[in-house]
Amino acid sequence: MARYALRRLASIALILLLVSAIVFAAIHVLPGNAATLILGEYATPEALRTLEREMGLDRPLLVQYASWVASVVTGDWGVSLAMKQPVATVVGYRLRNSAFLALAALTVVVVVGVPLGTLAALRRGRPLDLAIVTATYVGISIPEFVTGLVLLLVLAGPSVGWFPTSGYVELASGVTAWARHLVLPAMTLTIVLLAHVVRQTRSGLADVLTAPYIRTARLKGASARRIVLRHALRNALLPTITVLALDLGYLMGGIVVVEEVFAYPGMGRLIIYAVQNRDVPLLQMCALVVASVYVLANFAADLAYAWLDPRIRYS
Amino acid sequence: MSSLSPTLGVGGAILALVLAMSLAAPWIAPYPTTEQHMLERLKPPGARFLLGTDQYGRDLLSRTLFGARPALGLGLGAVALGLALGVPIGLTAGYVGGRLDDLVMRVVDAMLAFPSLLLALLIITALGASTGHALLAIGVANGPGIARIVRSATLALREAEFVLAARARGERHLYVMFGEIFPNVLAPVIVEATLRIGFAILAGASLSFLGLGVQPPAADWGLMIREARQYVFLSPWPLLAPGTALAFTIVAFNLFGDGLRDRLGAT
Repeated sequence: MARYALRRLASIALILLLVSAIVFAAIHVLPGNAATLILGEYATPEALRTLEREMGLDRPLLVQYASWVASVVTGDWGVSLAMKQPVATVVGYRLRNSAFLALAALTVVVVVGVPLGTLAALRRGRPLDLAIVTATYVGISIPEFVTGLVLLLVLAGPSVGWFPTSGYVELASGVTAWARHLVLPAMTLTIVLLAHVVRQTRSGLADVLTAPYIRTARLKGASARRIVLRHALRNALLPTITVLALDLGYLMGGIVVVEEVFAYPGMGRLIIYAVQNRDVPLLQMCALVVASVYVLANFAADLAYAWLDPRIRYS
Repeated sequence: MSSLSPTLGVGGAILALVLAMSLAAPWIAPYPTTEQHMLERLKPPGARFLLGTDQYGRDLLSRTLFGARPALGLGLGAVALGLALGVPIGLTAGYVGGRLDDLVMRVVDAMLAFPSLLLALLIITALGASTGHALLAIGVANGPGIARIVRSATLALREAEFVLAARARGERHLYVMFGEIFPNVLAPVIVEATLRIGFAILAGASLSFLGLGVQPPAADWGLMIREARQYVFLSPWPLLAPGTALAFTIVAFNLFGDGLRDRLGAT
């Protein structure tokens, strides 16, 4: 297991390095460097050159990249141009808020999605199966901002007002108020994500139910309930772990739009803020953090998978 | 020939409708998209305005009809750009193999670690917000995924007999790649491209919703929803009209793509 983990860790490190190169390239190689972004298009050439020298932008790109990576690794994430605050502080706070949202959504997705997928697999081809599959299909096809705004309209309108329309309350100032602000954005993300988990559980379980060991269990007289819960579901759920890790990647992108709809102060809105204000140091780190979370989540999923299924480790 | 599958049929029918809408918009739209009726703002559907009006009194039916144009244009354009980038890269990596394949696939994996919307946002930051840049950004963001599909399909055919035969005849590598291998990986590429058009439309609408794509006063579904947001409790129609059109279009591309996969995968 340790050897497997180390081998995967080496390739993860390489991918993270490449990820940082892509972030750097996207911002620095494309026309218009950071100095132009800061001073705007009407800046005089002299002012541009002075600022470029101050920021070290006149150095060769490779040197700039190396010094950026070095400072990121040593914990110096720079200062946000628009917020005038250390990037690390801002990103840390926002990342925590987004983590609340992502965890809430993923939890509901698992708690609702696995039973729905199981139900669909057991009633394959019947109306209930068709209804579940169709509903989740529609859920994944409707854009998050439409789903979010419709939920807002129905559940937070002046006449109903069950939930606040937007914003965020610190956990310290009350769990109920905090949770109420989390419900609508988390619900929106859940509706979009449900399809993956339901589909994976449904097809995984349907495959496993035809396996010989399930027939054995049936022949020895185990109840249908016991067969599904104790025998089939365990093996059927393995690939669902991978699906969840991939969903986390989606979440990091989907969160951009959903947080904007509900004015939720997480990574997504921070990214939009950085883009709108052309805040390059902030945007660089946001992009790097989001991509790293995705890569590390997949790494964790691989490890969990290998731990649960020893065949993977030796292949 | 089997009969038309329901997914392919329903998806195709909606797609045909959306395409017809976008083409016929100038003739069937009752009003110009930017004509304001200041005394009839945020009206519900009625005889004069079949789907109601927005906050400037602009006709929602006309704007929704015309909104199909940027959506389809962006979806098709971005995927075409993604194909133009991804197909040659995937073919080359899969065909040449070895070190080059390793290197290219590592870079592709790294690019896939970015949610595609984030990659598009990075590019838009550097270029500025506009319809063209949104198309470029989404197109580029689609490249790595397409390269990956093409590469694995190519890898499976590398040692196929017709490929070995072409090489034994002394054909040039470029010909083997595009003349022999490419036609045989077309089926998965077409399925992938169809499914990606739906996602590209979604990404484009998201960018416009965030104010980073199509700019006002153009009629675009994402932008219309952005503008409807402030008034959603006064009138839901400015949200529902473009929202429904957008959802149906994306569902249609997904259905059509899934239907194509079943059809082409079975043959």
